[in-house]
Amino acid sequence: MKVRLLYFAVLRDITGKNEDEVELPEGTRAVEIWNRLRAQHSELSGYERPPMTAVNEAYVSADQTLRDGDEVAFIPPVAGG
Amino acid sequence: MSYLTDAPIDSQMLIKEVMRASDGACLVFEGVVRDQHEGKKVQSIFYDAYRPMAEKEIARIINDINTQFPQVAVAVLHRLGVLEVGEASIVIACSSPHRGEAFQACRMIIDRFKQTVPIWKKERGPGGEEWVGWQK
Repeated sequence: MKVRLLYFAVLRDITGKNEDEVELPEGTRAVEIWNRLRAQHSELSGYERPPMTAVNEAYVSADQTLRDGDEVAFIPPVAGG
Repeated sequence: MSYLTDAPIDSQMLIKEVMRASDGACLVFEGVVRDQHEGKKVQSIFYDAYRPMAEKEIARIINDINTQFPQVAVAVLHRLGVLEVGEASIVIACSSPHRGEAFQACRMIIDRFKQTVPIWKKERGPGGEEWVGWQK
């Protein structure tokens, strides 16, 4: 299955990208994508779990199982207002 | 109807949006870029957002406020991009027949905003730049 991964704020800076399309086996959980990112970017090593996780523009548990076509974004600590 | 803008915010416009003849109180909260953060000098702030999700989260907050304070009329606008010291990043206007619920609603909106709306800020100063809240 294919998932669209969006990067914002510090994650855009760290990855140098706005988004990725990733091919994943069925049944992959959001946290497993986070683990892949952590393996690729040492700046993320302090975050064993993603600060917050959004799938299709809504907050979910990082343990959520993903589906084909999902839009996934890891949400760094928010600082609006 | 969008709760996000790339242009300077006109508070008067938000006041006009919420005020009704039956209102005896109108509160305006402006969140403003200040010149320091935790002892470090700040020259400007870059605000970034997950726009469609931020719109949804703000709508959810306003919806909850409308349920809890049905007499309060609410308008919210958050600015994105680079803001200089003294510029407003967010303006919230709450009008109501009486002041009590307008104060409560306004306070609740800004407090919830800071918890869930996917907006981020990168502070820029003489010492460099840093995403607020990110622990390196």
